[in-house]
Amino acid sequence: MTLANRDDVDVMRGETAGRPLAGRSLGARVIVLVPYLWLAAFFLVPFLIVVKISLSQITMTQPPYAPLFDAAAGWEGFKAFLAALSLNNYEILAADTLYLEAYLKSLEVAAISTAMLLVLGYPTAYGIARAPRRLQAALVMLVILPFWTSFLIRVYAWINILQHDGLLNQVIVALHLADHPLTWLSTDTAVFIGIVYSYFPFMVLPLYSTLERMDTALFEAAADLGCPPWKTFWVVTLPLSRPGIVAGVLLCFIPIVGEFVIPDLLGGSSTVMIGQTLWTEFFANRDWPTASAVAIVLLALLVVPIVIYQHQQLRELERGR
Amino acid sequence: MRTRISWFQASSIAWGIAFLYLPIAILVIYSFNASRLVTVWGGWSLRWYAELLHDEAMRDSAWVTLRVGLLSASAATVLGTLSALALVRSGRFRGRLVFSAMVYAPLVMPEVIIGLALLLLFVAVGFDRGFWTITIAHTTVTMCFVTVVVQARLMTFDRSLEEAAMDLGCPPLKTFLLVTLPLVWPAIASAWMLAFTLSLDDLVIASFTTGPGATTLPIRLYSQVRLGVKPEINAICTILLAVAALGILAGSGLAARRERGREEAARLTAKL
Repeated sequence: MTLANRDDVDVMRGETAGRPLAGRSLGARVIVLVPYLWLAAFFLVPFLIVVKISLSQITMTQPPYAPLFDAAAGWEGFKAFLAALSLNNYEILAADTLYLEAYLKSLEVAAISTAMLLVLGYPTAYGIARAPRRLQAALVMLVILPFWTSFLIRVYAWINILQHDGLLNQVIVALHLADHPLTWLSTDTAVFIGIVYSYFPFMVLPLYSTLERMDTALFEAAADLGCPPWKTFWVVTLPLSRPGIVAGVLLCFIPIVGEFVIPDLLGGSSTVMIGQTLWTEFFANRDWPTASAVAIVLLALLVVPIVIYQHQQLRELERGR
Repeated sequence: MRTRISWFQASSIAWGIAFLYLPIAILVIYSFNASRLVTVWGGWSLRWYAELLHDEAMRDSAWVTLRVGLLSASAATVLGTLSALALVRSGRFRGRLVFSAMVYAPLVMPEVIIGLALLLLFVAVGFDRGFWTITIAHTTVTMCFVTVVVQARLMTFDRSLEEAAMDLGCPPLKTFLLVTLPLVWPAIASAWMLAFTLSLDDLVIASFTTGPGATTLPIRLYSQVRLGVKPEINAICTILLAVAALGILAGSGLAARRERGREEAARLTAKL
């Protein structure tokens, strides 16, 4: 074998552990550097810019914020630029209860709907995992299929059903459950229905993948030792499915906190979530600095769950090696 | 797990499936409604589909969305496959923690934050907003989903095949192209499909990063949906659903044929 490219062989064999990137072959470096630089440029750098603009002031210019960093002004210019930054926008966020309420509402909606998703998703995932092997793939496919259709369409489908003279009210009136149509749209109930509907696969799939891997011998052992089924579930199944529960809960909770489309289309004025506040600040008020500050505070709220999620993903990765 | 299915399990699956499919079924049925009133059934009709044909703005948007989707999904598949290789194969390189953080964060990060951050970047560097900014934004987000899908396949990959090739003197690049790539190809193909549908679907990030002349289908749909339910929207949603369903059918058809091919190969080897 030609040994000219010893490093490439190492990469293929995963034997480069702990070595600095610079000491590797071109091929090995390209594999890491290309996606690394792309993500740094379009994911990491944008966040630094958001931080910087959240410390700026709104102006009537284009772009609508100041100060602008002028590299030509040199060191003095940089000092002037730093001096012009302020925490003003954060003070506004803290002073106005509108923002605080939106943050709290978002956390509340996310917590309640994630709990609902877990309660509804667990039996479904459990049912699929216990179904005959040959049916499992088809059932999983049935759960994922709607996920391949547009998010917007799925939310829109619920407007069809929930509107004042929509199908739900027609059924309710026809069955004499109520003598006049009820209000569904623009309520918290509609938001919860929309969220649970849209995030259902995100809860079911991680739960299914842990439940499916579980060793059935454990249940047989518990049954042989006289453990009733409900207790087996409580002391064996549930604790063992913890990784799936954690993944499902985080995969739903974090994006729901920042959800925009569902509360905007299905919710009313009482369900203003922080994603909508950010959207309004940016598009309607054109206040980019305040929108940035809203985003940074939202990120600060979510940083702990995001880190837990990443930690779990990495652990999965290490385990699979 | 192969215990007998209980009544409770069967009904919980049935309820779950009904909950998932009923709203979509209703939407599709009402797209064939002859009545303009969306809540009154006026008989079957293709009227709203005929009206869609004359909607030039909708057609333009569909074309923009398709181009963004094809381009960003392809770029994301290349970048995502590379980063999956980096995560699974490159061992511990300096900055691996930062790298994995950047890969996993966009999967759960609220879209409003990603959209805002990317827009502010494009403004800061003076990049004209439009088709290309949406494409870059979609590439960035979807490549992380590609990474997860390809990485899952790479982790269950039998390394001895590559080692055998290399021990027999096959150079690394050739080994990658002739052994590794064909084996992970199904995962790469389904990752591309995922990236493509995520791009077609996206409203929030596209709204932030779009510019004049680049109105994607979700942006146009959203502005109409806000005004309420209209039969034309039901019709366009049904078309989009049909396209998605066709894509899935084609995908699973391919998978089934591959499976048959594999069985055939196994039978032949057994005979030999």
